[in-house]
Amino acid sequence: MKKDKQSISPEARAIIRAQLTRRTLFAGVGAVSAAGLLAACGTGSSTGAEAVVDVSDSEKIVRWANWPLYLDFNEETKVYPTLAAFEQKSGIKATYEEAIDDNNTFYGKVQGQLSIGSDIGYDIVTPTDWMAARYIEQGYAQKLDPANVPNKSNIRQVLANVGYDKGRQYSLTWQSGFAGFGWNTQKLPKGIRTMEDLFAPANKGKVVVLSELRDTIGVIMLYQGVDPSSNFTEDQFMNAIDFFKQKIADGFIRQVKGNSYSEDLKRGDANAVIGWSGDIFILRAESDGKFDFAIPESGGTLWSDNMLIPSTSTHKKNAESLMNYYYEPAVAAEVAAYVNYICPVEAAQPELEKIDPELGNSPYIFPDAATLAKVKVFRSLSTDESTKFQTAFDEAIGN
Amino acid sequence: MAFLHGLSKSHTGSGSGLKSRSLTPYILLAPGLIWLITFFIIPIFSLASTSTMVRPEGSQIGTYVQELRFANYIDAFLASREQYLRSFIYAALATLLALAIAYPLAYAIAFKSGKFRNILLVLVIAPFFTSFLLRTIAWTQILADSGPVVSAIKVIPFIDETFRINNTSTAVVIGLAYNFLPFMTLPLYASLERIDPRTLEASGDLYANGLTTFRKVTLPLSMPGVVAGTLLTFIPAAGDYVNAAILGNPNTKMIGNVIESRFFAVVDYPTAAALSFTLMATILILVTLYIRRSGTDELV
Repeated sequence: MKKDKQSISPEARAIIRAQLTRRTLFAGVGAVSAAGLLAACGTGSSTGAEAVVDVSDSEKIVRWANWPLYLDFNEETKVYPTLAAFEQKSGIKATYEEAIDDNNTFYGKVQGQLSIGSDIGYDIVTPTDWMAARYIEQGYAQKLDPANVPNKSNIRQVLANVGYDKGRQYSLTWQSGFAGFGWNTQKLPKGIRTMEDLFAPANKGKVVVLSELRDTIGVIMLYQGVDPSSNFTEDQFMNAIDFFKQKIADGFIRQVKGNSYSEDLKRGDANAVIGWSGDIFILRAESDGKFDFAIPESGGTLWSDNMLIPSTSTHKKNAESLMNYYYEPAVAAEVAAYVNYICPVEAAQPELEKIDPELGNSPYIFPDAATLAKVKVFRSLSTDESTKFQTAFDEAIGN
Repeated sequence: MAFLHGLSKSHTGSGSGLKSRSLTPYILLAPGLIWLITFFIIPIFSLASTSTMVRPEGSQIGTYVQELRFANYIDAFLASREQYLRSFIYAALATLLALAIAYPLAYAIAFKSGKFRNILLVLVIAPFFTSFLLRTIAWTQILADSGPVVSAIKVIPFIDETFRINNTSTAVVIGLAYNFLPFMTLPLYASLERIDPRTLEASGDLYANGLTTFRKVTLPLSMPGVVAGTLLTFIPAAGDYVNAAILGNPNTKMIGNVIESRFFAVVDYPTAAALSFTLMATILILVTLYIRRSGTDELV
C-alpha cells in the first residue's frame, strides 16, 4: 500500500460529515419508521445506524463474509483448518461464508439494511480498499477496541496508515494482491510483459480483463504513463477508457468479468488476462505451471481487502478476537500458504518458510522493495468522480 | 368474480349466517391480497418514487432526493436505447427458436409418445431441478472454443480458424431459448393434448393430406398454446440478464445488464428504476398488441 494514498476532497468530506450528524439525529427519533422501511432498498436519505449492543459474551458466535478461495481449506475433511483451530481455542463458533463475489453487488445487498440499522447477518465483512473507505465514511463500520486486537501491531508497515483509515482504527487488512498479466504458457510461451504483448494480433478475441474498474483502468493508465495513485485528471482517466473501448470494439477483449476469468483461462477461451496474482498462482499450482503471472513492465496495481465490523454487528468482541487470531504470524503463514496473496503480517515469513521454502521467498507473498516499486494503489475517488467514472466504465463494457 | 357472487347472495339471504358468510370471500382473498400489496404494490410505488429522484451534487454515494425529475426517463432511455432494441430482438429470436424446437417436441409427446408420455414430460421439466445459473454456466463449457460443438463445426471447410460461439450474440440467443424452453413446451403440450383425435380423422376423411390437416386443423386448435408459450418465453427473455452476462460479450449486453449495472455498480437507483419502468411498460404494450392481434383475449 502506498503511503501517499490520496483521500477525498475536503468539500466532499464536509458533506459526508454533515450527513453523519444528520443520521445520528434521525436515529434518535426512531429508526424503523414506515418511511425507513420504504427506503430500505435504499436511497439512503433516511435514518442511519443505531448504536448496537454487544452480546458477544452471551452469544459465542461470529459470522464472517469473505471472497471465494480466500481461506485455507482442506478438500478432504471439508474444514477450514485455521478457523477450526480458532473455534477450539476461543470457544466461539465461527460461520464462514464465501458471500462476496463483487464489491458493488455485496454493497448493494447489505446497504439497505445498514441504512436502517438492521442486522445484515455478518459480523465481519471483507471489502476492497475503496469500498472499505465507503463503509467507514458512511458510518457503517464499528471502531475496533485496540485492547482486544493486540496483534494489530503485526501489520506490515506500508499497510498501517492508509488514507481512508489512519492508524487502522476501523479495519485490518485481510490480504493484498497485485493486478497484472496472466497467461497460458502453452499458447504463449514467451509470456506477456507489455500491453503490446497482451494485444498482439494472435490474441485477438482471446483476452479477458477484470470488471474491477480500478485494476483494469489502473493498468491501462500506467501503460499510458499516468500514475493512478496521483491526482490524475478526468481527461487522463477518459483517455484510458477510450483505449479500453477501442480494444473492445476491435474485438481483442472478449469479455470483461470478475473472479470467473480463471474459468476462461482453464477452458482455453482466454489466452491472456488482466487478472489477480493469487488466482493465477493457484491455477499454476493446480496445473503444473500451465499458467503464469507478471506485473506489467509499465506497472501494475496493488489492492487490499480489509476486515471490518459492520455497524449492525452485535458480536463485535468475538469479531475482534477472530481478527486478532489471524494476525498471529503462524496463523497468517498458514493462510498465505493456501491463498498465495500478499500476507499482511510480515513476521509470518519465517513461519511460511517452514511450511514451504519456495513460497516463503516469493516476492508475490512477501514483496521486496523492487516489486513494490512497480505497483501503484488507485487513489480514492470523490463521490462525484466515482459516479462519473463508474458510469463511463460501465458504458464502455456495454452496460 | 366469485366474491361478487358471494356478496350479492348474502344481501338477499337472511338470518344469523349472513355476517360470517359475507366475510368469507375476503378472508379467502386475504393471503393473496396481502402478498400482492407487500411484494408488488409497495415496491412498485417505491420504484416509481425512486425513478424521479436526483443525486445532490457532492453528496454521499447512494443518496437521492425527490425532485420529480421525469427527464430521468428520457435520459435513461436515450443512453441505453441500443440495449433496449437488442433485448427485444434477442428475445424474439429466442422465442422463435424455442417455438421451432418445442412444437415438434410437444406434438410428439401429445400424439406419438404412447406409454412414455409421462417420462418425457418429466424430462422436459427436469432441467428445473438444477439452478438456472449453473445450467447457463454449463453452456460455456459446451460452446467453448475447444469444446465439442465448435470443434465439430470447424471440420467444415472454409470455416475460419478464429470461429467461436462463446461470447457471441449466437450464444446469448441459444442460452435464452434453452433456458425458457420448458415454458414454451408445456403450454403447447397442454393445448395439443386437448385436441380431439376425431377432428383429425374427420380431416382425413375429407381428403385432406397430412400437411393440410396440420395447417387447417391442428395448428389453429393449438393456437392458444402457441400464444401462451410465446408470451411465457418472450417476457422473461426480454428482461433476462444472466445469459447475456455469462454467454455474451460487451457488445451483446441486454437491458437487464444495464439495470443491474446502474443499480449495483454505479449505485444510480433513479436510472435503474426508470429503466425498469420503461421495460415493464414496453413489454405491457407489446403483449397487449400481440394478444389483440392473435385474437385470443379470452386466454388472459
